[in-house]
Amino acid sequence: MLEITDLVHSYGSHRVLDGVNIRAAEGELVCVVGPSGCGKSTLLRSVAGLIRPTGGRVLIGGQPVDRIPDNLAVVFQDYSRSLYPWMTAANNVALPLRRRGLDRRRRREAAIAALDQVGLADAAAKYPWEMSGGMQQRVSIARALAYRPSLLLMDEPFGSVDAQTREDLEDLVLRVCAHHGMTTLLITHDIDESVYVGDRVIVLTRSPARVAADLPVDLGESRDQIATRQRDAFVRLRAEVGRLVRGGSPTSTVLEKK
Amino acid sequence: MNVIRAVGRLWLVPVTLVVWEIATRAAEQPFFPPPSATLARMGEMWLSGPAAHLLLTEQAMDDFGPSLARLFAGWTLAAVLGVTAGIAIGCSPRLSGYLDPLIHLGRAVPPPLLVPFFLALLKLSTPAQLTTIVFGIIWPILLNTVDGTRTVDRQHLETARIFGFSTVERLTRVIIPAAMPKIFAGLRLALSLALILLIIAEILAGSGGLGYRLLTAQRSYLYTDMWGCLVVLGLLGYLLNSAFLLLERRVLAWHTNARQTT
Repeated sequence: MLEITDLVHSYGSHRVLDGVNIRAAEGELVCVVGPSGCGKSTLLRSVAGLIRPTGGRVLIGGQPVDRIPDNLAVVFQDYSRSLYPWMTAANNVALPLRRRGLDRRRRREAAIAALDQVGLADAAAKYPWEMSGGMQQRVSIARALAYRPSLLLMDEPFGSVDAQTREDLEDLVLRVCAHHGMTTLLITHDIDESVYVGDRVIVLTRSPARVAADLPVDLGESRDQIATRQRDAFVRLRAEVGRLVRGGSPTSTVLEKK
Repeated sequence: MNVIRAVGRLWLVPVTLVVWEIATRAAEQPFFPPPSATLARMGEMWLSGPAAHLLLTEQAMDDFGPSLARLFAGWTLAAVLGVTAGIAIGCSPRLSGYLDPLIHLGRAVPPPLLVPFFLALLKLSTPAQLTTIVFGIIWPILLNTVDGTRTVDRQHLETARIFGFSTVERLTRVIIPAAMPKIFAGLRLALSLALILLIIAEILAGSGGLGYRLLTAQRSYLYTDMWGCLVVLGLLGYLLNSAFLLLERRVLAWHTNARQTT
């Protein structure tokens, strides 16, 4: 579904991405985790077609990304700058659907249905500034869902909300992505989150970014905020990812100096 | 509660009036008639007409009618031209590269100096007055619109690109609403400037209206009439500004509220 091959990007002489290779199968939720400033957002922006990478190739469903694909949606970290404050939640969700050729009534129905899926059925007529951060991010997710993309990109989607909301949103994303069978690329700097949410975790190295490891997550389909995080498999994988993010090598037997 | 606070803030107005009244009565200067005399003269001039005309005299129609018509026509014209051109310039770096020097040159010319030129060019006084107003007040509208259009949040624009908005959608749903707060700031500034330029234009290229009346009153040594014009112009400016603020608060409710909550 998504094939990123030897992706290279430089800002002037400063190389940010140094040959990144990532594959995601249909319906897979892949988390990309890496140290702050390692080029995660540049990676996402290249996949979205917002910037043209210096080298390499991105294929979505076999099609090269040379402009912004029409089967792709993005959820940004900063919901307050991504939702339009002059529109109600329902209108924010409905506006992109004009492109899908739906008439006004069908757009509205689809928007309400998507808001219902993220638990905001009652908030359709509210403006973003009348909602909490978590609610705004839910609207942002609803907008992406209503658009019915085959690839969903999320850039630190839970980076600006409190811990409780963050857990709720993680479970929401797990639920809706599985329900729609959407291929999802979720970028985060949070190690726990990448393991909890992902079917696979890709660890990037410090800048310039390369793939340090590609780890499958064998925690099964259903996850629970308390029980899953206590399982041995979760704890082990989290430790491994944590070590890799800090620059360790992929062999888990090496002892950290101390 | 609000009423009490509003009254509390207004106490300086009657105090000033009383002090002024006492001072002008004591001074007995013909140039400074007491406010009571000015008010009486204003009532006599403008508000002693038939009840069917809301008490407005014929004189009031002659003074206010043309002035208000010119004011609104000039302001509306400047708003349409300024906002349209501002959006075009704000969206096109190339256009702005060409026009920026001209805009800054144009706005540096004091508009009253152009009244004789516009009169010579347009022959008639009303077109010349309108042109003066438009030329004088278009700059804050134009510059604010350019600025508002240029400083739309990058993520608002990227969201529009991701979801494939058409050019028209991007303009009407994203860029113009985002620029609205700045456009409104420009329009409000322009409204108060329009009143100033209206009077200047009527004094310099006069044929009726408040400015012309002000000029003739001064030339005929009718200082109470002149003061009446000054007072009514002050009130007019205050009313226009208040009405515009009311409109702004309705149209930009999202902006005011969003700013309060974040």
